[in-house]
Amino acid sequence: MQLKISEKEENVIITVEEERMDAHNSGNLKERMLQLFDEGKCQLVIDLAAVRFIDSSGLGALVSGFKNASARDGSLKLCCLQPQVRSMFELTRLHRVFEIFTTLEEALDSQS
Amino acid sequence: MSKRVELNIKVPSQTRYLAMVGQIGESLAFSLNNYRGNRRELAYHLNLCLTEAMTNAICHGNDSDPEKDVHITISASDDDLIIRIYDQGPGFEIGARHKVNAHPCDEGGRGVNIILKLMDNVRYVRNKGVNVLEMTKFLD
Repeated sequence: MQLKISEKEENVIITVEEERMDAHNSGNLKERMLQLFDEGKCQLVIDLAAVRFIDSSGLGALVSGFKNASARDGSLKLCCLQPQVRSMFELTRLHRVFEIFTTLEEALDSQS
Repeated sequence: MSKRVELNIKVPSQTRYLAMVGQIGESLAFSLNNYRGNRRELAYHLNLCLTEAMTNAICHGNDSDPEKDVHITISASDDDLIIRIYDQGPGFEIGARHKVNAHPCDEGGRGVNIILKLMDNVRYVRNKGVNVLEMTKFLD
C-alpha cells in the first residue's frame, strides 16, 4: 500500500495513496501504524481522499489503529472521505466510533 | 439485457485478485439495461460483496492456501443477479458468524454482516467437499 507520512506539530498525517483498501493491502497500514506507535507517535490523522473503495478489512485496520492509539492516550482521526467510503462507516456504524472530518485542516485544528 | 448473462471465473486463492473480480461486478452493474435504481451504488455494492465473499473463501474456506482456486459464477437477468463463490476447503460457519453484529471496536467479523445487509438472499451450502456461498440481489 502506498502511504505518505508527514508530521505537523504533534500530529502524524498518513495519506493513503490508493484507490482501494481491502484484504490485499490493509495489513500494510496496520503495520505502519504499529511502527509509529512504537516510536511514541500516537496522534494520527488518516487522510482518505484518494480512497474510492474500502471493505471490512480496511475498516478493521483503521479500528486496530484507533484502539492502539486510544490505549496510549492518543487519537486517530479520519478526514476527506469520499461519499461511498463514508457510507461504509454508516453501514457498519463505525461513524459513531471515529472522529471524521471534512478536511485535513479541520482534523488538525480539532482538540483531541 | 433480454437474456441471462453468465460469467464463469476461476482465480488462484490469493488476495491480489480481489480488485480484478470486484471490478467485474462494477462493470456488470453498468451493463444492466433495465435497472432503474442507483447504478453507482449497485456497482459499489457488487464490488464490495464480491470482495468480502472472496476474502472469506480465501482466508476461511480455502484456509489461505494459495495453491487452491476460488471459483466464482455470476448470473444476471433483468430480474435478479446471483453470485456464487465456491471454495475447496473445510469451509466456514456463516450461521455462527452472522448471528451477532460485530462490536464497534472489533477488528474483524464485519464481512458476512455487510453481505447480509446488502444482498437480498444469502446462503452457504456445504456438500461433499464443495462449499458455495450464494448471494442473490433482486433488481426490480
